[in-house]
This record gives sequence, structure tokens and C-alpha cells, in this order.
Amino acid sequence: MSGIEILAIVLGGLTVGSALMVVASPHPVRSVLFLILTFFLITGNYVLMNAQFLAIVNIIVYTGAVMVLFLFVLMFLNLSKDNEPRSSMKMKVAATVAGGALMIVIIAALKDVIMLPIDLPVDNQQGLVENLGMLLFTKYVLPFEVSSILFISAMVGAVLLAKREKQIID
Amino acid sequence: MDISLLIEKSTIVVVLFLITLGIAAYQTLMERKVAAWMQDRVGPDRAGPFGILQPLADGGKMFFKEDFIPKNAERGLFILAPGLAMFTAAMTGAVIPWGPPVEMVGRTIALQVADINIGILYVIGFASIGVYGIMIGGWASNNKFSLFSAIRTSSQMISYELAMGIVIITIVLMSGSLSVATIVEQQHGFWADGYFTWNVFKQPLAFIIFLVTSLAECNRAPFDMAECENELIGGYHTEYSSMKLGFFLFAEYVNLFISAAIIAALFFGGYNFPGMDNFSGITLSILGTLVFFAKTVFFIFVFMWIRWTLPRFRYDQLMHLGWKKLIPLAMINLVITAVVIAFTSGWFSEDKKAAATVEVEQKQPTAVLNNASDSRASGSFRVNLNH
Repeated sequence: MSGIEILAIVLGGLTVGSALMVVASPHPVRSVLFLILTFFLITGNYVLMNAQFLAIVNIIVYTGAVMVLFLFVLMFLNLSKDNEPRSSMKMKVAATVAGGALMIVIIAALKDVIMLPIDLPVDNQQGLVENLGMLLFTKYVLPFEVSSILFISAMVGAVLLAKREKQIID
Repeated sequence: MDISLLIEKSTIVVVLFLITLGIAAYQTLMERKVAAWMQDRVGPDRAGPFGILQPLADGGKMFFKEDFIPKNAERGLFILAPGLAMFTAAMTGAVIPWGPPVEMVGRTIALQVADINIGILYVIGFASIGVYGIMIGGWASNNKFSLFSAIRTSSQMISYELAMGIVIITIVLMSGSLSVATIVEQQHGFWADGYFTWNVFKQPLAFIIFLVTSLAECNRAPFDMAECENELIGGYHTEYSSMKLGFFLFAEYVNLFISAAIIAALFFGGYNFPGMDNFSGITLSILGTLVFFAKTVFFIFVFMWIRWTLPRFRYDQLMHLGWKKLIPLAMINLVITAVVIAFTSGWFSEDKKAAATVEVEQKQPTAVLNNASDSRASGSFRVNLNH
């Protein structure tokens, strides 16, 4: 086993471990901090795959912006074990049934999977920003531009919500 | 892995780390001296000639203070936070080219830790996670004022990152590369083709916006909402003492140094100086590095000058400036730049139309991809990893 494979296995294990800690840790703020750690480790995985652009965008967008807002809101609420909303028995049963149903669906879907040999062109330069840009603006230009329309509509929606609230106050 | 490359890079890392810490230490003295000068005082002058040993005295004092952790603080996170602040501050310097490449024993040594081809995004990335040290520290202290400070700082930094990002996109449009080394190389010399080469003369508005946003990102006055003493006691480091407090303060000075260096690299030509073509080899490298550090120290001085001149903004004024003034200005600047570039060297220019007819044969994306990966994209980051 080469050094890079060992690195990939260790990094992958750490990623899964910290992702599990997000669910397992009792305190919401700690949970979010583990989520941040998970994003960091995913960035590490991207770097290992030489997908530099994706790695740094993951840091800027998720770790640097989205998670700061998460942490922000949780710190405002200052949730702790004492004032956590208690989940009733009914909720727990419903959650178990829903989760179990999802698991059955996934197992059913994966049961008949045939493993085909994947024949992807091996090109470790693909994640570099020049090549990624070339792909995004030629082969995948339509999905790329459509997703930007999605973001614009989300932004317009957010502004609209904020504006409407103001009008009611006036 | 190539052993000489490993030695070369580790030397640069260690030297850069030492220089960063040294400059950060002496910034504390410089700050007090500049303040004294602006207020017509003498400033610290007891420790050594002209107070030159003052940072050592301050550092020694910090180490021997009582290290106190409040009883209700989140112990682990409380200890982690100052380290995190210091770590993110020190990491950013990795992509800055500190001088022209040195030719030595038959190989070219770039005076840069890593010339990754996303360099400038790396800087934004580490600037945006720099807020975690403050947030975690403020929250873990279990103090209302610390928490207020943490929340203020994080919203301030998120707001000002946007304008900063847009300005950086403008610079990237101008240079066509995300690598800081390339951006600096393109500002070669001082005067070319009948105009200045430095970006500050091409993008004066972008420079002003970048200066203001980096003041806000460093939490420097007039944007030091994080520790506004008359409202928040000491802000996020109210509960900290000893070297943990020292680390927070130190991280701020490291950030200041790195910000000044980035301003010098992006807008003031980095290591380029007028008449640099008269020199070559090792002389050029030494002179270039000195010039770069001189520019950096000048911008550190400008930051201090601003701090001791302007009073602190009110919080709503800060948000107003960030969202309603700087972001629209930066966007207008970006659009104008993009249109000008499209007409001079982009899609709508004459030579591009001629080039497009030649390139029409290579329409298949895979062909384009292969070409690109063959010629340009042998990123040096990969070289660094699997050399």
C-alpha cells in the first residue's frame, strides 16, 4: 500500500468518525463544531484527489460562510441540555418508523446492484481550476447557468421576504 | 520526493514563520511608537536603546502571568480558541511570493511556500475561517460580553468578506490568474506600454475598497467592534489571561502583517520596483525582497496611522458602510472592468474574433481539456505533493 492510500484511508476514517460525532454529541454547539471539522476533512479529501478548486470553494462557502451562520444562530439561542425541547414517545416512534422505512428503501435499491467495471479516464489534472472552468463553460454550461438562476431566485426571495416584513411594520 | 525540494520548502516555511512572528512582535512596539509620535509623546524607551527590547519584556511578562480558566467555561474549546486564531493567521502567508525567484546551484528557488494555482482563493478561505478563533473563544468564555463580541465580529467579517471577494474577482479578471505569483509577475517594473503596471493605478477604487475591507477583516480601528472597550470590556478575550490572551493579540498582529503584505502584492506590485530591469540574479532577489518588505511595513504604518486618527464606527454605521456602500461600489467596479476587458482583450475585441475562427476546429470539450492539461495546467501544487 502506498503512502497516499494510507493517507486516504486515515483521512476517510477521520471524516466518517467526525461525521458520526455530529449526530452523537449531545451539545448542539459541539455538534456544529464537529460538522465544521467534517467539512475540513472533506476538504482534505479533495486536496488528496488534486481537486484544488473544489477544496478551497468548500472551505470558503461551507466552512467560512454557512457554518459561521449555523454557529451564529446556535450561540444566539444558547441551547443546552436543560432547555432542549423534550421529544415525546410519539415523536420517537415516528422517527424510528421513518428512518427504518428509508433504510428498507435503500437496501431494496442496492440489492440488485451489479458492479460494472468503471472506465473513467484517469486524469488527475481535472480538478485544477483551468480544466474545471473549461468543463463548466463548455460541456456543462447549461446546468451551470441554470443553477445560477436558482441562486438568483433564492436571493430575490430572501430580499422579498425582508421587504414585506418592513411594509407591515410601516 | 525530491530531497532538495523538501529542504528548500522547509527552510522557506521555517524562515517565513520566524519572520512573521518577529514582525508581529515588533509591530507591538511600532504601534506604541507610532501612537506616541501621533500624540506628541516619547513612547516606550526604557527597555534597551529606543525601547528596542520592549517586545521581549512584554512577551516575558505574558508568559509569567497567571493562566486562569473560568469555572463555567467550556474548558477544551477555551484552550483551543487562541491556538486556532494563531494557526489561521500564520497559515495565510504560504501563498505570498516574498521575492523574485532565486537562481542557486542550478535550480530556481521560488521565494514562496506554495505557488498553488488557486492562491488568492486560499487567502480568502483562511481569512474567512479566521473568525472561528474569535467565535469559539467568545462563546467558550461563558461571558455575555464575550458572546456579544463574538457575534458582532462574525457578522462584521462575513459582511466585509463579500466586498473583499468582489474586489479580488476584479483583480483576477485583470490578470487572468488566481495565482498570487502570476498576479505579482504581471505588475513587472513600474511603467510599460504607456501606463503604470501596478494594479493600484489601474484599479484605484478597488484598492480603496480592499484597504477598508481588510481593516475590517483584521478587526482594526475604526472597525474594532470585537473589542470595543467602552461597551464590551475587552470583547471576546475578556476572560483570557496570560499567553492565551497574548496569542489572541499576537494573531491580530500577524493578520495585520499578512494583510499589509497582500495589499502590497495585489495592488503595489509586490517585489517589483521601478528600474528593476537594471539588476539581475541574486542582487535582484535581495533587492526585490527588501522592496516587498518595505512596502509591507509602509502599509502596516498606514493601518496604524488610520487607527490613531479615526474614532471607532458605531455598529449600524459599520453595517451600513459594508452592505450599502462598499458592496455596490465593488460590484459597479467589477462590471465596468469586465466590460472594458471584454472590449479590449475579450470576446468583443478584434483579435479575439480572429482567434475564434482558428480555434473553431477544437470544438470538442475533451480536446480542449486535453490541450489545457498538457500545456498550462501542470500545477506546481501537484509537483509539491508528488514530486
